[in-house]
Amino acid sequence: MNIDKDLVAAMATPLVLAILAEGSNYGYAILKRVRELSGGELQWTDGMLYPLLHRLERLEFIRSEWGTSDTGRPRRYYEITTAGRAQLAEQRRQWAAATRTLGGLWNLTAQGAGA
Amino acid sequence: MNDLDTRIGEWRTAVLRSRSVDAADADELEEHLREQIADLQTAGLSSSEAFLIAVGRLGEVDAVSAEFAREHSDRLWKQLAIARPAEGGRRSFVTMLGFAALAVVAIQVARLLATTSDGSASQVFGDPTGGWFLRNLGLFVLPVLAGYLAVLRRMPWPRIAGIAGLVAVVTIVINLFPYVPGSSSETLVGLHLPALLWFVVGAVYVAGELRSSARRMDFIRFTGEWAIYYTLIVLGGGVLTVLTVQVLAPIAPEAIDEVLTWVIPSGGAAGVVVAAWLVEAKKSVVENLAPVLTAIFTPLFAVMLLVSAAGYLIAGIGRRFDRELVSVFDVMMLVVVALVVYGISARGTGRGTRTMDVIRLAAVIAAIVLDLLVLVSMFLRIGDLGVTPNRVAALGLNLVLLVNLAGCAWLGVRQLATGGSGVRLERWQTSYLPVFAGWLLLVVVAISPLFSFA
Repeated sequence: MNIDKDLVAAMATPLVLAILAEGSNYGYAILKRVRELSGGELQWTDGMLYPLLHRLERLEFIRSEWGTSDTGRPRRYYEITTAGRAQLAEQRRQWAAATRTLGGLWNLTAQGAGA
Repeated sequence: MNDLDTRIGEWRTAVLRSRSVDAADADELEEHLREQIADLQTAGLSSSEAFLIAVGRLGEVDAVSAEFAREHSDRLWKQLAIARPAEGGRRSFVTMLGFAALAVVAIQVARLLATTSDGSASQVFGDPTGGWFLRNLGLFVLPVLAGYLAVLRRMPWPRIAGIAGLVAVVTIVINLFPYVPGSSSETLVGLHLPALLWFVVGAVYVAGELRSSARRMDFIRFTGEWAIYYTLIVLGGGVLTVLTVQVLAPIAPEAIDEVLTWVIPSGGAAGVVVAAWLVEAKKSVVENLAPVLTAIFTPLFAVMLLVSAAGYLIAGIGRRFDRELVSVFDVMMLVVVALVVYGISARGTGRGTRTMDVIRLAAVIAAIVLDLLVLVSMFLRIGDLGVTPNRVAALGLNLVLLVNLAGCAWLGVRQLATGGSGVRLERWQTSYLPVFAGWLLLVVVAISPLFSFA
Protein backbone atom coordinates (compact mmCIF):
# COMPACT_ATOMS: atom_id res chain seq x y z
CA MET A 1 0.00 0.00 0.00
CA ASN A 2 1.27 3.48 -0.90
CA ILE A 3 0.19 6.58 0.88
CA ASP A 4 -1.60 9.13 -1.31
CA LYS A 5 0.60 11.94 -2.59
CA ASP A 6 -1.49 14.78 -1.09
CA LEU A 7 -1.39 13.08 2.27
CA VAL A 8 2.39 12.71 2.00
CA ALA A 9 2.65 16.42 1.24
CA ALA A 10 0.54 17.22 4.31
CA MET A 11 2.63 14.94 6.51
CA ALA A 12 5.96 16.19 5.25
CA THR A 13 6.42 19.14 7.58
CA PRO A 14 5.53 17.42 10.89
CA LEU A 15 7.48 14.36 9.81
CA VAL A 16 10.68 16.29 9.12
CA LEU A 17 10.28 18.38 12.25
CA ALA A 18 9.65 15.28 14.37
CA ILE A 19 12.74 13.54 12.98
CA LEU A 20 14.85 16.61 13.63
CA ALA A 21 13.38 16.82 17.15
CA GLU A 22 15.21 13.53 17.78
CA GLY A 23 18.49 15.28 17.02
CA SER A 24 20.16 17.26 14.25
CA ASN A 25 20.52 15.39 10.99
CA TYR A 26 21.19 15.69 7.25
CA GLY A 27 19.03 15.11 4.19
CA TYR A 28 19.91 11.55 3.23
CA ALA A 29 19.66 10.30 6.81
CA ILE A 30 16.30 12.03 7.28
CA LEU A 31 14.94 10.20 4.25
CA LYS A 32 16.36 6.89 5.49
CA ARG A 33 14.58 7.44 8.80
CA VAL A 34 11.31 8.21 6.96
CA ARG A 35 11.60 4.97 5.01
CA GLU A 36 12.38 3.01 8.12
CA LEU A 37 9.43 4.49 10.06
CA SER A 38 6.87 4.00 7.30
CA GLY A 39 8.08 0.56 6.31
CA GLY A 40 8.40 1.77 2.73
CA GLU A 41 4.74 2.76 2.45
CA LEU A 42 5.57 6.43 2.28
CA GLN A 43 6.97 7.10 -1.20
CA TRP A 44 8.87 10.30 -1.48
CA THR A 45 10.84 11.76 -4.38
CA ASP A 46 14.13 12.28 -2.59
CA GLY A 47 14.92 15.58 -4.33
CA MET A 48 11.75 17.18 -3.02
CA LEU A 49 13.02 16.99 0.56
CA TYR A 50 15.56 19.78 0.01
CA PRO A 51 13.21 22.55 -1.13
CA LEU A 52 11.07 21.61 1.89
CA LEU A 53 14.07 21.84 4.24
CA HIS A 54 14.95 25.23 2.76
CA ARG A 55 11.38 26.44 3.23
CA LEU A 56 11.38 25.34 6.87
CA GLU A 57 14.70 27.11 7.32
CA ARG A 58 13.26 30.30 5.83
CA LEU A 59 10.34 30.03 8.26
CA GLU A 60 12.97 29.63 11.03
CA PHE A 61 11.61 26.28 12.20
CA ILE A 62 15.01 24.76 11.54
CA ARG A 63 18.52 26.07 10.98
CA SER A 64 21.33 24.59 8.97
CA GLU A 65 25.06 24.36 9.17
CA TRP A 66 27.64 22.98 6.78
CA GLY A 67 29.81 20.20 8.13
CA THR A 68 31.73 17.37 6.51
CA SER A 69 30.79 13.76 5.94
CA ASP A 70 33.00 10.79 6.85
CA THR A 71 34.40 10.89 3.34
CA GLY A 72 35.31 14.57 3.76
CA ARG A 73 32.66 15.92 1.41
CA PRO A 74 30.59 18.95 2.46
CA ARG A 75 27.33 17.99 4.16
CA ARG A 76 24.56 20.22 5.40
CA TYR A 77 23.17 19.44 8.84
CA TYR A 78 19.76 20.65 9.97
CA GLU A 79 18.69 21.33 13.52
CA ILE A 80 15.26 22.17 14.93
CA THR A 81 14.72 25.57 16.60
CA THR A 82 12.46 26.57 19.48
CA ALA A 83 9.94 27.93 16.97
CA GLY A 84 10.19 24.60 15.17
CA ARG A 85 9.39 22.70 18.33
CA ALA A 86 6.37 24.92 18.98
CA GLN A 87 5.24 24.35 15.39
CA LEU A 88 5.69 20.61 15.83
CA ALA A 89 3.58 20.65 19.01
CA GLU A 90 0.86 22.56 17.16
CA GLN A 91 0.92 20.17 14.21
CA ARG A 92 0.80 17.26 16.59
CA ARG A 93 -2.40 18.60 18.19
CA GLN A 94 -3.97 19.01 14.75
CA TRP A 95 -2.98 15.53 13.60
CA ALA A 96 -4.27 14.05 16.87
CA ALA A 97 -7.61 15.79 16.32
CA ALA A 98 -7.74 14.57 12.72
CA THR A 99 -6.96 10.95 13.56
CA ARG A 100 -9.38 11.05 16.51
CA THR A 101 -12.15 12.26 14.25
CA LEU A 102 -11.54 9.71 11.54
CA GLY A 103 -10.75 7.01 14.06
CA GLY A 104 -14.07 7.48 15.87
CA LEU A 105 -15.93 7.23 12.59
CA TRP A 106 -14.03 4.26 11.26
CA ASN A 107 -14.23 2.30 14.48
CA LEU A 108 -18.04 2.60 14.27
CA THR A 109 -18.09 1.54 10.61
CA ALA A 110 -15.76 -1.33 11.34
CA GLN A 111 -18.08 -2.54 14.14
CA GLY A 112 -21.12 -2.03 11.86
CA ALA A 113 -19.51 -4.02 9.11
CA GLY A 114 -18.49 -6.73 11.56
CA ALA A 115 -22.05 -7.07 13.00
CA MET B 1 34.74 4.99 -10.06
CA ASN B 2 36.09 7.43 -12.59
CA ASP B 3 33.20 6.69 -14.92
CA LEU B 4 30.80 7.24 -12.03
CA ASP B 5 32.36 10.63 -11.27
CA THR B 6 31.86 11.66 -14.89
CA ARG B 7 28.21 10.68 -14.80
CA ILE B 8 27.68 12.49 -11.51
CA GLY B 9 29.40 15.52 -13.03
CA GLU B 10 27.02 15.44 -16.01
CA TRP B 11 24.04 15.12 -13.71
CA ARG B 12 25.29 18.05 -11.63
CA THR B 13 25.62 20.22 -14.75
CA ALA B 14 22.04 19.37 -15.71
CA VAL B 15 20.82 20.32 -12.24
CA LEU B 16 22.74 23.60 -12.26
CA ARG B 17 21.31 24.55 -15.64
CA SER B 18 18.19 25.60 -13.80
CA ARG B 19 18.80 29.02 -12.38
CA SER B 20 16.77 28.12 -9.30
CA VAL B 21 19.40 25.67 -8.05
CA ASP B 22 22.60 27.26 -6.82
CA ALA B 23 26.00 25.67 -6.28
CA ALA B 24 25.37 24.97 -2.58
CA ASP B 25 22.09 23.21 -3.39
CA ALA B 26 23.88 21.18 -6.02
CA ASP B 27 26.51 20.21 -3.41
CA GLU B 28 23.76 19.07 -1.08
CA LEU B 29 21.99 17.05 -3.77
CA GLU B 30 25.26 15.56 -5.01
CA GLU B 31 26.19 14.46 -1.50
CA HIS B 32 22.79 12.81 -1.23
CA LEU B 33 23.26 11.09 -4.57
CA ARG B 34 26.72 9.80 -3.67
CA GLU B 35 25.56 8.42 -0.35
CA GLN B 36 22.62 6.68 -1.98
CA ILE B 37 24.92 5.16 -4.60
CA ALA B 38 27.33 3.97 -1.92
CA ASP B 39 24.49 2.31 0.00
CA LEU B 40 23.17 0.60 -3.11
CA GLN B 41 26.66 -0.63 -4.00
CA THR B 42 27.01 -2.09 -0.51
CA ALA B 43 23.80 -3.95 -1.21
CA GLY B 44 25.54 -5.53 -4.20
CA LEU B 45 24.61 -3.35 -7.17
CA SER B 46 27.10 -2.35 -9.85
CA SER B 47 28.08 1.31 -9.96
CA SER B 48 26.04 2.08 -13.07
CA GLU B 49 22.93 0.32 -11.69
CA ALA B 50 23.35 2.18 -8.42
CA PHE B 51 23.71 5.47 -10.27
CA LEU B 52 20.51 4.92 -12.27
CA ILE B 53 18.45 3.97 -9.24
CA ALA B 54 19.83 6.80 -7.11
CA VAL B 55 19.13 9.39 -9.82
CA GLY B 56 15.64 7.94 -10.25
CA ARG B 57 14.91 8.21 -6.54
CA LEU B 58 16.16 11.77 -6.43
CA GLY B 59 13.52 12.62 -9.01
CA GLU B 60 13.38 14.16 -12.47
CA VAL B 61 15.78 17.08 -12.67
CA ASP B 62 13.08 19.35 -14.10
CA ALA B 63 10.57 18.49 -11.39
CA VAL B 64 13.11 18.94 -8.61
CA SER B 65 14.37 22.26 -9.96
CA ALA B 66 10.77 23.45 -10.40
CA GLU B 67 10.29 22.71 -6.70
CA PHE B 68 13.45 24.65 -5.91
CA ALA B 69 12.10 27.50 -8.06
CA ARG B 70 8.93 27.66 -5.96
CA GLU B 71 11.00 28.03 -2.82
CA HIS B 72 13.71 30.28 -4.27
CA SER B 73 11.80 32.42 -6.76
CA ASP B 74 14.14 35.30 -5.93
CA ARG B 75 16.93 33.46 -7.72
CA LEU B 76 15.02 33.67 -10.99
CA TRP B 77 15.34 37.42 -10.73
CA LYS B 78 18.87 38.29 -11.57
CA GLN B 79 20.18 40.34 -8.71
CA LEU B 80 21.20 43.87 -9.55
CA ALA B 81 23.30 44.11 -6.41
CA ILE B 82 26.91 43.37 -7.24
CA ALA B 83 27.26 39.62 -7.03
CA ARG B 84 30.61 38.92 -5.36
CA PRO B 85 32.58 41.78 -3.89
CA ALA B 86 35.37 39.27 -3.36
CA GLU B 87 36.59 38.69 -6.93
CA GLY B 88 37.88 42.16 -7.75
CA GLY B 89 34.33 43.52 -7.57
CA ARG B 90 35.14 45.84 -4.73
CA ARG B 91 38.14 47.26 -6.53
CA SER B 92 36.14 47.89 -9.69
CA PHE B 93 33.53 49.60 -7.51
CA VAL B 94 36.14 51.84 -5.90
CA THR B 95 37.67 52.66 -9.29
CA MET B 96 34.23 53.61 -10.58
CA LEU B 97 33.59 55.82 -7.53
CA GLY B 98 36.95 57.51 -8.03
CA PHE B 99 36.22 58.40 -11.63
CA ALA B 100 32.66 59.47 -10.83
CA ALA B 101 34.11 61.81 -8.18
CA LEU B 102 36.59 63.09 -10.75
CA ALA B 103 33.74 63.89 -13.16
CA VAL B 104 31.92 65.74 -10.36
CA VAL B 105 35.01 67.76 -9.49
CA ALA B 106 35.62 68.60 -13.17
CA ILE B 107 32.11 69.84 -13.78
CA GLN B 108 31.92 71.80 -10.52
CA VAL B 109 35.30 73.48 -11.07
CA ALA B 110 34.17 74.41 -14.58
CA ARG B 111 30.88 75.73 -13.24
CA LEU B 112 32.61 77.81 -10.59
CA LEU B 113 35.05 79.19 -13.17
CA ALA B 114 32.14 80.04 -15.42
CA THR B 115 30.16 81.76 -12.68
CA THR B 116 32.97 83.76 -11.18
CA SER B 117 34.08 84.81 -14.63
CA ASP B 118 30.94 86.95 -14.85
CA GLY B 119 33.17 89.82 -13.84
CA SER B 120 36.92 89.93 -13.98
CA ALA B 121 37.72 86.35 -14.96
CA SER B 122 35.76 86.54 -18.19
CA GLN B 123 38.96 87.58 -20.04
CA VAL B 124 40.45 84.23 -19.15
CA PHE B 125 38.02 82.44 -21.41
CA GLY B 126 37.42 85.31 -23.79
CA ASP B 127 33.73 84.52 -23.86
CA PRO B 128 30.56 85.17 -21.95
CA THR B 129 30.43 82.47 -19.35
CA GLY B 130 27.31 80.62 -20.45
CA GLY B 131 28.64 80.06 -23.95
CA TRP B 132 32.02 78.81 -22.78
CA PHE B 133 30.50 76.41 -20.28
CA LEU B 134 27.95 74.90 -22.67
CA ARG B 135 30.40 74.70 -25.56
CA ASN B 136 32.88 72.72 -23.44
CA LEU B 137 30.28 70.72 -21.50
CA GLY B 138 31.20 67.41 -23.13
CA LEU B 139 34.87 67.95 -22.29
CA PHE B 140 34.24 68.08 -18.55
CA VAL B 141 32.71 64.63 -18.35
CA LEU B 142 33.35 62.36 -21.32
CA PRO B 143 37.17 62.35 -21.14
CA VAL B 144 36.76 61.17 -17.54
CA LEU B 145 34.59 58.32 -18.80
CA ALA B 146 37.21 57.54 -21.44
CA GLY B 147 39.85 57.54 -18.70
CA TYR B 148 37.77 55.14 -16.62
CA LEU B 149 37.43 52.76 -19.56
CA ALA B 150 41.16 53.10 -20.33
CA VAL B 151 41.93 51.96 -16.79
CA LEU B 152 39.45 49.07 -17.07
CA ARG B 153 40.93 48.00 -20.39
CA ARG B 154 44.54 48.54 -19.16
CA MET B 155 45.23 50.45 -22.34
CA PRO B 156 48.88 50.92 -23.20
CA TRP B 157 50.22 54.46 -22.72
CA PRO B 158 51.07 55.22 -26.37
CA ARG B 159 47.46 54.60 -27.40
CA ILE B 160 46.13 56.70 -24.52
CA ALA B 161 48.51 59.46 -25.51
CA GLY B 162 47.34 59.32 -29.13
CA ILE B 163 43.68 59.62 -28.21
CA ALA B 164 44.35 62.25 -25.55
CA GLY B 165 46.33 64.26 -28.12
CA LEU B 166 43.35 64.28 -30.46
CA VAL B 167 41.05 65.47 -27.70
CA ALA B 168 43.55 68.14 -26.73
CA VAL B 169 43.69 69.47 -30.31
CA VAL B 170 39.89 69.69 -30.51
CA THR B 171 39.81 71.36 -27.08
CA ILE B 172 42.35 73.97 -28.12
CA VAL B 173 40.62 74.61 -31.43
CA ILE B 174 37.15 75.18 -30.02
CA ASN B 175 38.53 77.39 -27.27
CA LEU B 176 40.67 79.53 -29.57
CA PHE B 177 37.94 80.16 -32.14
CA PRO B 178 36.48 83.65 -31.67
CA TYR B 179 32.78 82.74 -31.58
CA VAL B 180 30.25 85.55 -31.80
CA PRO B 181 28.52 85.45 -28.40
CA GLY B 182 25.28 83.52 -28.52
CA SER B 183 25.94 82.48 -32.13
CA SER B 184 24.50 79.36 -33.65
CA SER B 185 28.03 78.11 -34.47
CA GLU B 186 28.70 77.99 -30.78
CA THR B 187 25.45 76.14 -30.06
CA LEU B 188 26.28 73.67 -32.81
CA VAL B 189 29.65 72.93 -31.23
CA GLY B 190 27.96 72.48 -27.85
CA LEU B 191 25.55 69.97 -29.43
CA HIS B 192 28.02 68.05 -31.58
CA LEU B 193 31.07 67.94 -29.34
CA PRO B 194 29.56 65.45 -26.82
CA ALA B 195 28.61 63.17 -29.73
CA LEU B 196 32.13 63.44 -31.15
CA LEU B 197 33.62 62.72 -27.74
CA TRP B 198 31.36 59.70 -27.48
CA PHE B 199 33.31 58.28 -30.43
CA VAL B 200 36.50 58.97 -28.48
CA VAL B 201 34.95 56.97 -25.63
CA GLY B 202 34.25 54.32 -28.25
CA ALA B 203 37.89 54.25 -29.36
CA VAL B 204 38.88 53.56 -25.77
CA TYR B 205 36.01 51.11 -25.29
CA VAL B 206 37.26 48.90 -28.12
CA ALA B 207 40.72 49.18 -26.53
CA GLY B 208 42.16 50.63 -29.71
CA GLU B 209 40.96 47.74 -31.90
CA LEU B 210 39.35 50.27 -34.17
CA ARG B 211 39.21 48.02 -37.22
CA SER B 212 37.42 45.12 -35.60
CA SER B 213 33.79 44.96 -36.68
CA ALA B 214 32.90 42.77 -33.71
CA ARG B 215 34.44 45.26 -31.25
CA ARG B 216 32.61 48.11 -32.94
CA MET B 217 29.36 46.21 -32.55
CA ASP B 218 30.16 45.75 -28.85
CA PHE B 219 30.53 49.48 -28.60
CA ILE B 220 27.17 50.00 -30.31
CA ARG B 221 25.58 47.63 -27.79
CA PHE B 222 27.35 49.42 -24.96
CA THR B 223 25.97 52.73 -26.23
CA GLY B 224 22.39 51.44 -26.22
CA GLU B 225 22.61 49.93 -22.76
CA TRP B 226 24.42 52.98 -21.41
CA ALA B 227 21.67 55.25 -22.73
CA ILE B 228 19.03 53.16 -20.98
CA TYR B 229 20.90 53.06 -17.66
CA TYR B 230 21.64 56.77 -17.86
CA THR B 231 17.99 57.56 -18.55
CA LEU B 232 16.96 55.48 -15.55
CA ILE B 233 19.54 57.26 -13.37
CA VAL B 234 18.29 60.64 -14.58
CA LEU B 235 14.70 59.63 -13.82
CA GLY B 236 15.70 58.58 -10.31
CA GLY B 237 17.65 61.81 -9.93
CA GLY B 238 14.56 63.73 -11.05
CA VAL B 239 12.46 62.16 -8.30
CA LEU B 240 15.20 62.95 -5.77
CA THR B 241 15.37 66.56 -6.95
CA VAL B 242 11.62 67.13 -6.82
CA LEU B 243 11.46 65.65 -3.32
CA THR B 244 14.43 67.75 -2.18
CA VAL B 245 12.74 70.91 -3.41
CA GLN B 246 9.47 69.99 -1.74
CA VAL B 247 11.13 69.11 1.55
CA LEU B 248 13.37 72.19 1.61
CA ALA B 249 10.64 74.63 0.55
CA PRO B 250 9.05 75.12 3.99
CA ILE B 251 12.29 75.53 5.95
CA ALA B 252 14.90 77.01 3.64
CA PRO B 253 13.41 78.21 0.35
CA GLU B 254 16.43 80.46 -0.29
CA ALA B 255 18.82 77.49 -0.18
CA ILE B 256 17.03 75.50 -2.90
CA ASP B 257 18.77 77.14 -5.87
CA GLU B 258 22.16 76.83 -4.23
CA VAL B 259 21.61 73.15 -3.43
CA LEU B 260 20.34 72.37 -6.91
CA THR B 261 23.27 74.06 -8.68
CA TRP B 262 25.53 71.73 -6.74
CA VAL B 263 23.44 68.58 -6.93
CA ILE B 264 22.16 68.54 -10.52
CA PRO B 265 25.47 68.96 -12.42
CA SER B 266 27.25 66.63 -10.00
CA GLY B 267 24.58 63.97 -10.36
CA GLY B 268 24.50 64.32 -14.13
CA ALA B 269 28.28 63.99 -14.41
CA ALA B 270 28.63 61.13 -11.94
CA GLY B 271 25.73 59.31 -13.62
CA VAL B 272 27.73 59.11 -16.86
CA VAL B 273 30.42 57.03 -15.18
CA VAL B 274 28.03 55.05 -12.99
CA ALA B 275 25.93 54.06 -16.01
CA ALA B 276 29.05 52.85 -17.82
CA TRP B 277 30.08 50.83 -14.76
CA LEU B 278 26.61 49.28 -14.55
CA VAL B 279 26.71 48.27 -18.20
CA GLU B 280 30.16 46.72 -17.77
CA ALA B 281 29.35 44.99 -14.48
CA LYS B 282 25.95 43.75 -15.56
CA LYS B 283 26.43 42.84 -19.16
CA SER B 284 26.54 39.19 -18.30
CA VAL B 285 23.92 39.40 -15.59
CA VAL B 286 20.91 41.30 -16.86
CA GLU B 287 19.29 40.56 -20.16
CA ASN B 288 20.14 43.39 -22.52
CA LEU B 289 17.33 45.89 -22.62
CA ALA B 290 18.03 47.78 -25.84
CA PRO B 291 17.07 44.86 -28.12
CA VAL B 292 13.90 44.29 -26.11
CA LEU B 293 12.84 47.91 -26.41
CA THR B 294 13.71 47.79 -30.11
CA ALA B 295 11.50 44.76 -30.63
CA ILE B 296 8.60 46.60 -28.99
CA PHE B 297 9.05 49.87 -30.82
CA THR B 298 10.04 48.74 -34.33
CA PRO B 299 6.48 47.80 -35.37
CA LEU B 300 5.05 50.94 -33.76
CA PHE B 301 7.53 53.21 -35.53
CA ALA B 302 6.95 51.32 -38.78
CA VAL B 303 3.22 52.06 -38.59
CA MET B 304 3.84 55.71 -37.69
CA LEU B 305 6.30 56.17 -40.56
CA LEU B 306 4.13 54.41 -43.14
CA VAL B 307 1.08 56.48 -42.17
CA SER B 308 3.11 59.71 -42.22
CA ALA B 309 4.69 58.89 -45.57
CA ALA B 310 1.27 58.15 -47.04
CA GLY B 311 -0.11 61.37 -45.56
CA TYR B 312 2.69 63.48 -47.01
CA LEU B 313 2.33 61.77 -50.38
CA ILE B 314 -1.39 62.56 -50.53
CA ALA B 315 -1.48 65.97 -48.93
CA GLY B 316 1.94 67.32 -49.80
CA ILE B 317 3.84 69.25 -47.16
CA GLY B 318 1.89 71.93 -45.37
CA ARG B 319 1.91 75.58 -46.32
CA ARG B 320 3.26 76.66 -42.98
CA PHE B 321 6.19 74.30 -43.25
CA ASP B 322 9.02 75.30 -40.99
CA ARG B 323 12.39 75.25 -42.66
CA GLU B 324 14.01 74.18 -39.41
CA LEU B 325 11.90 71.03 -39.47
CA VAL B 326 14.87 69.25 -41.06
CA SER B 327 16.23 68.59 -37.57
CA VAL B 328 12.99 66.80 -36.67
CA PHE B 329 13.53 64.49 -39.62
CA ASP B 330 17.16 64.06 -38.57
CA VAL B 331 15.96 62.79 -35.21
CA MET B 332 13.42 60.53 -36.91
CA MET B 333 16.06 58.95 -39.11
CA LEU B 334 18.44 58.63 -36.19
CA VAL B 335 15.74 56.67 -34.36
CA VAL B 336 15.23 54.42 -37.39
CA VAL B 337 18.99 53.79 -37.64
CA ALA B 338 18.96 52.90 -33.93
CA LEU B 339 16.04 50.50 -34.49
CA VAL B 340 17.96 48.82 -37.29
CA VAL B 341 21.21 48.61 -35.32
CA TYR B 342 19.72 47.23 -32.12
CA GLY B 343 17.37 45.05 -34.12
CA ILE B 344 20.25 43.29 -35.86
CA SER B 345 22.41 43.21 -32.74
CA ALA B 346 19.90 40.82 -31.20
CA ARG B 347 18.70 39.17 -34.37
CA GLY B 348 17.98 35.56 -33.50
CA THR B 349 17.55 32.65 -35.85
CA GLY B 350 14.22 31.51 -34.50
CA ARG B 351 10.67 31.91 -35.67
CA GLY B 352 9.39 35.40 -36.40
CA THR B 353 12.81 36.71 -37.44
CA ARG B 354 11.68 37.12 -41.01
CA THR B 355 8.52 39.01 -40.01
CA MET B 356 10.66 41.37 -37.94
CA ASP B 357 13.03 41.85 -40.89
CA VAL B 358 10.09 42.80 -43.12
CA ILE B 359 8.71 45.24 -40.54
CA ARG B 360 12.16 46.80 -40.11
CA LEU B 361 12.62 47.13 -43.86
CA ALA B 362 9.18 48.77 -44.16
CA ALA B 363 10.18 51.27 -41.47
CA VAL B 364 13.47 52.04 -43.23
CA ILE B 365 11.85 52.54 -46.63
CA ALA B 366 9.05 54.67 -45.20
CA ALA B 367 11.62 56.83 -43.41
CA ILE B 368 13.60 57.30 -46.65
CA VAL B 369 10.48 58.20 -48.66
CA LEU B 370 9.34 60.61 -45.97
CA ASP B 371 12.71 62.28 -45.78
CA LEU B 372 13.09 62.58 -49.55
CA LEU B 373 9.61 64.07 -49.83
CA VAL B 374 10.42 66.66 -47.22
CA LEU B 375 13.79 67.53 -48.69
CA VAL B 376 12.56 67.79 -52.29
CA SER B 377 9.50 69.84 -51.36
CA MET B 378 11.66 72.13 -49.29
CA PHE B 379 14.03 72.80 -52.14
CA LEU B 380 11.23 73.20 -54.69
CA ARG B 381 8.82 75.30 -52.69
CA ILE B 382 11.03 77.32 -50.51
CA GLY B 383 13.74 77.70 -53.10
CA ASP B 384 16.37 79.90 -51.63
CA LEU B 385 17.11 78.31 -48.29
CA GLY B 386 19.65 80.81 -47.17
CA VAL B 387 22.78 79.04 -45.97
CA THR B 388 23.18 79.22 -42.20
CA PRO B 389 25.35 77.07 -39.92
CA ASN B 390 22.26 75.40 -38.49
CA ARG B 391 20.91 74.46 -41.91
CA VAL B 392 24.23 73.15 -43.12
CA ALA B 393 24.55 71.02 -40.00
CA ALA B 394 20.97 69.75 -40.22
CA LEU B 395 21.09 69.03 -43.96
CA GLY B 396 24.50 67.39 -43.69
CA LEU B 397 23.33 65.07 -40.93
CA ASN B 398 20.24 64.38 -42.99
CA LEU B 399 22.40 63.32 -45.91
CA VAL B 400 24.65 61.17 -43.74
CA LEU B 401 21.62 59.38 -42.29
CA LEU B 402 19.90 59.08 -45.65
CA VAL B 403 22.91 57.28 -47.13
CA ASN B 404 23.03 55.00 -44.11
CA LEU B 405 19.34 54.13 -44.44
CA ALA B 406 19.61 53.64 -48.18
CA GLY B 407 22.36 51.10 -47.50
CA CYS B 408 20.14 49.42 -44.89
CA ALA B 409 17.23 49.26 -47.32
CA TRP B 410 19.37 47.76 -50.09
CA LEU B 411 20.93 45.17 -47.78
CA GLY B 412 17.54 44.47 -46.18
CA VAL B 413 15.97 43.71 -49.58
CA ARG B 414 18.90 41.49 -50.50
CA GLN B 415 18.70 39.70 -47.19
CA LEU B 416 15.01 38.96 -47.63
CA ALA B 417 15.53 37.84 -51.21
CA THR B 418 18.43 35.50 -50.49
CA GLY B 419 17.44 34.54 -46.95
CA GLY B 420 20.88 35.47 -45.67
CA SER B 421 21.83 36.45 -42.15
CA GLY B 422 22.14 39.97 -40.83
CA VAL B 423 25.92 39.93 -41.03
CA ARG B 424 26.17 42.28 -44.01
CA LEU B 425 23.79 44.75 -42.36
CA GLU B 426 25.87 44.60 -39.21
CA ARG B 427 29.07 45.17 -41.22
CA TRP B 428 27.46 48.11 -42.98
CA GLN B 429 26.56 49.74 -39.67
CA THR B 430 29.91 49.13 -38.03
CA SER B 431 31.83 50.40 -41.04
CA TYR B 432 29.59 53.46 -41.16
CA LEU B 433 30.64 54.60 -37.67
CA PRO B 434 33.69 56.55 -38.96
CA VAL B 435 31.38 58.48 -41.29
CA PHE B 436 29.37 59.67 -38.31
CA ALA B 437 32.54 60.52 -36.40
CA GLY B 438 33.98 62.34 -39.40
CA TRP B 439 30.85 64.39 -39.91
CA LEU B 440 30.78 65.36 -36.22
CA LEU B 441 34.41 66.40 -36.37
CA LEU B 442 33.65 68.48 -39.43
CA VAL B 443 30.79 70.28 -37.67
CA VAL B 444 32.85 70.92 -34.56
CA VAL B 445 35.99 72.26 -36.20
CA ALA B 446 35.05 73.35 -39.74
CA ILE B 447 31.56 74.88 -39.87
CA SER B 448 32.27 77.73 -37.44
CA PRO B 449 35.23 79.20 -39.42
CA LEU B 450 33.28 78.81 -42.70
CA PHE B 451 30.56 81.05 -41.32
CA SER B 452 33.00 83.39 -39.58
CA PHE B 453 31.80 82.15 -36.19
CA ALA B 454 28.30 83.56 -36.67
